[in-house]
Amino acid sequence: MRFRYLAAIVLALVSAAFALDGQIGIHDPSTVIQCNGKYYAFGTGGGGLVSNDGWTWSRGASRPGGGVAPDVIHVGDRYYLYYATSTRQPKADVHMIWNKTLDPGSPDFKWEEGGIVASSDGVEDCNAIDPAVFLDPTSGKMWLTYGSYFGYIRLVQLDPKTGKRVVPIDKPVDIAINCEASDMIYHDGWYYLLATHGSCCRGTDSGYNIRVGRSRKVTGPFVDNMGIDMIKGGGKLVVGSGGRVVGPGHFGLLDLGDGVQKFSCHYEADLDRGGASVLDIRPLLWKDGWPVAGENVSEGTYEIESVRTDTALELAVQGVPVGGGPPVGRGGMPSGPGGIFGGAGGVIPPQDAAQVSKNWPTGNIDLRLSNYMVQAQQRWTIAPVANAGGYPGSPYFKITIAGTDRALAATDDAELVAVPAFTGAPEQLWRIEQLTDGTYRVMPKAVPNSKESLALSAVGSSFATLAKFDSRSDKQRWNLKAP
Amino acid sequence: MMTIRRLLPALGVVASTVFLAMAAAQLGASRGPAPNLTRPASVEKGPDVDGFIQRWLVLEPIPIPIRSNAQLNDSFVQATVKAEYFPDQYTMIAHDGDKVTVNGAEFTWHAVDTSAYHVNLYHFAYALNKPTFNILFWAVTIVNCPKEMHGVRLAVGSNAASIWWLNGREVIDIYGDRHMVIDDGVSKRLSLKKGPNVVRCAVINSPGVSDLCARFLDTEDKPMKGFTVNLGDVAR
Repeated sequence: MRFRYLAAIVLALVSAAFALDGQIGIHDPSTVIQCNGKYYAFGTGGGGLVSNDGWTWSRGASRPGGGVAPDVIHVGDRYYLYYATSTRQPKADVHMIWNKTLDPGSPDFKWEEGGIVASSDGVEDCNAIDPAVFLDPTSGKMWLTYGSYFGYIRLVQLDPKTGKRVVPIDKPVDIAINCEASDMIYHDGWYYLLATHGSCCRGTDSGYNIRVGRSRKVTGPFVDNMGIDMIKGGGKLVVGSGGRVVGPGHFGLLDLGDGVQKFSCHYEADLDRGGASVLDIRPLLWKDGWPVAGENVSEGTYEIESVRTDTALELAVQGVPVGGGPPVGRGGMPSGPGGIFGGAGGVIPPQDAAQVSKNWPTGNIDLRLSNYMVQAQQRWTIAPVANAGGYPGSPYFKITIAGTDRALAATDDAELVAVPAFTGAPEQLWRIEQLTDGTYRVMPKAVPNSKESLALSAVGSSFATLAKFDSRSDKQRWNLKAP
Repeated sequence: MMTIRRLLPALGVVASTVFLAMAAAQLGASRGPAPNLTRPASVEKGPDVDGFIQRWLVLEPIPIPIRSNAQLNDSFVQATVKAEYFPDQYTMIAHDGDKVTVNGAEFTWHAVDTSAYHVNLYHFAYALNKPTFNILFWAVTIVNCPKEMHGVRLAVGSNAASIWWLNGREVIDIYGDRHMVIDDGVSKRLSLKKGPNVVRCAVINSPGVSDLCARFLDTEDKPMKGFTVNLGDVAR
């Protein structure tokens, strides 16, 4: 593997529909972090990105020191930021600086020098770059992992009160080999070491992919799903190239609470942005005890199925059997050319709203849940709404009956209704996020006359409403299924 | 209009072992006791441990022209239920033994307590030697709330389709050939008055078992229990 390019990468990008919006050019991003309601990400070369909502980003974060691949953590009243410098890798140093705020406009904004917390001498089996910091929720202890391909990923303990090494002369613990951009998280009794494998800095030819091993102890050994220790090259895939993006790397956990976890990363190449390196935020799922990358919702037509009831959200209108139903013979039984079970013959096309909506009310229509029958009043088109803002990873969406402008909306009594036409009002904009089990949470941007944050919720078998999200319940979990 | 009023003795002094079938026997049509159904033997009755209402006034089934449950779509159910069968069918508060006339035939209201969470309308009709298929049931009950309550929901199940009203307002419609499942149909958030609140429903079925169940859910979607049912509280 080759050493990391040190030059700062300055990217001027044209916004596209997905993989975040705005100015998102960055390489080796830190974990996305919140400060006073804004989101921040720092990258190689100094500076960084800031966002009010986690969807639309701009340049504006600021840090001194240059160097590569920073990481940042909030502990107490301090933001500790770690970054690496080197004149000739693998001789490198990890520096720490700290601040009381990440907002350059705040009177409290002032970076303080914290000194070097880890080094490599250029000969030893480590390249002391790509720092990542982890606060153990079970012990309150803080740890730093670092390293890049030349030898080992290493672990040292930090003091959460100062951000510095607890014992500077302690020998680092080797925990993985032949990877970089490590990070550690804790989940359900396990420590997970995430690290980036593959080659970086080669645009669409970059083989970057994020892998993971786990251990019951913070010091390892971290083994993958096949029992291979990461110090021997093991690692289970979390996310690799796919769709229109190549080379994900530099995992960072963004825990939004309520059981909603996401991760930040960069892609070495976004094919929709000319192959530039960009920031993204994606859902983090857990399957069989392993983290897996989820997918932000993409535009399409879906069945919206309740996990609570396994029934589908639909307009409360009388459904029409697809194809009009079978020919009825004597005794009310189906009677087609092939008999009772032979159907009507020919191909029955999908049911469009235009075919069956003639008798639908022209005004507002109530919602309900019903057995999914592939009917028009059950097929929803989810589409991003331009210039309506968003949340970490996605824009707000409108949810309309496919082939119509009838839009799902929240009412001022925290119920649901389908309005005749989408107007862009906040109660018609929806935040759709994949939860850690792969299902989705669906929340209106606003509920009229309410400051409560509510989510689409099933009550009983056949009714849908809005209610406070409860991560322990299936009532607010939904599957988005291809119709 | 009601033609005959069969007055219950004071509910609080009626022996608890008088079965619904005995009422039917008085009409000369009994087939035997309906499982789980008895005449009310107390002045008032609270919900069961899961909040289900166990005291109802049920009208003997009205035959309706229906060939199969496949007909029970939205428009059929709406049209069938909302035909006029007897005067004041959406507002009248009957008492045990009251009669109504539908197309020249008399139908009697029966007060029943169910020992289950639901009322099995099939057995109710069978015990009275009345039609059990292709029928429409009307049922009503009075829920007495100790205080005004907001943000609650009526939650019902029925076999098959049904329409439900609270204090005269239509709040739940569930259609199709459905089986009774608790909390199948749930209303929007509602308010209950302090004192009596009238829950009324109409259940349609073609062949098979007919039944209904109902309870209220509180603001946390938990079963509501702080009320009583007292059919005798309503002024005659």
